[in-house]
Amino acid sequence: MNAPHSLHPGVNLDVTDRESHAKASEVIFGFWIFLMSDLVLFAALFATYAAMSSQGIAHGPTPAEVFDLGSAFIETLLLLLSSFTFGFAILAMKYSTSRARLLGWLGLTAVLGAAFVAFELHDYYVMIETHDAWPQTSGFLSAYYLLTGTHAVHVSAGILWMIVLAVQVMTLGINTPVKLRLLRLALFWHMLDIVWVGIFTFVYLFGVAT
Amino acid sequence: MNPETLSSNTVQAQTGNEQRSYCIGLVLALVLTLIAFGLVWLKVVTGTQALAVLGFLALVQVVVHLRFFLHIDLGKSHRDDLMLILFTSLILLLIVAGTIWILWDQHARMM
Repeated sequence: MNAPHSLHPGVNLDVTDRESHAKASEVIFGFWIFLMSDLVLFAALFATYAAMSSQGIAHGPTPAEVFDLGSAFIETLLLLLSSFTFGFAILAMKYSTSRARLLGWLGLTAVLGAAFVAFELHDYYVMIETHDAWPQTSGFLSAYYLLTGTHAVHVSAGILWMIVLAVQVMTLGINTPVKLRLLRLALFWHMLDIVWVGIFTFVYLFGVAT
Repeated sequence: MNPETLSSNTVQAQTGNEQRSYCIGLVLALVLTLIAFGLVWLKVVTGTQALAVLGFLALVQVVVHLRFFLHIDLGKSHRDDLMLILFTSLILLLIVAGTIWILWDQHARMM
């Protein structure tokens, strides 16, 4: 059985909160348009990276020399798990009246996201320390830091946003505006994981495979 | 049966469905990720072949994320969102393919 009145991407609130559900589709469709245009930004960075990683090595290291697949794998798992836990945060918001359950899932998501960013910063540190791979070393490295850095900034913004919404849940309660904000943050978070699928495939895996 | 138990049954059925959706999504994404990393770790694919195989796996995983995490399906109510995704995909394709084409051409001329 599918959700009877699915009006927008992500979890719909129809069965438990019709009032919020009625207001959701408009704001979420607007946010969806923002997400699509954000993807266009990432496409431009991917395209630059694709050209630079093969033609812009200069005298610097190649992708296969600097990338650590083990670390990329851990980052992939962290972000995937955080997408999953955010799903359960939204379900807690939809089906339970307990703030603690929602905040617990939200906190777990934020911790996984922060661990992801920490691993990525550690990657940068190792690349610079052991391979002397600075952003200004070559076109490839400029494009690499720009693409993964833009993604990491998005994830960090998502974590900040999560903290702000957690405070709102504690002070305002789980009311309609807070619910709709959480629904939009969930879409943002899931979309970042989709962008990461592109990054681990075309940057890390393809970089090491060639 | 009175209406209240009926609606609470619906709610329970939907909770189960939605939890299952996230779990299926997680398992499928994990399997696809493991295959992709495994192929590269074990050096099964290299070069252009790697681009095709890994690109396909990534595409499948993106569809898994859209279906099970973002709940986009082919249902009528999702047509607008799906249209936007397809239109955006077209723009992405133009940007990425166009950039790569132009820069490759420039590169070839500079050799």
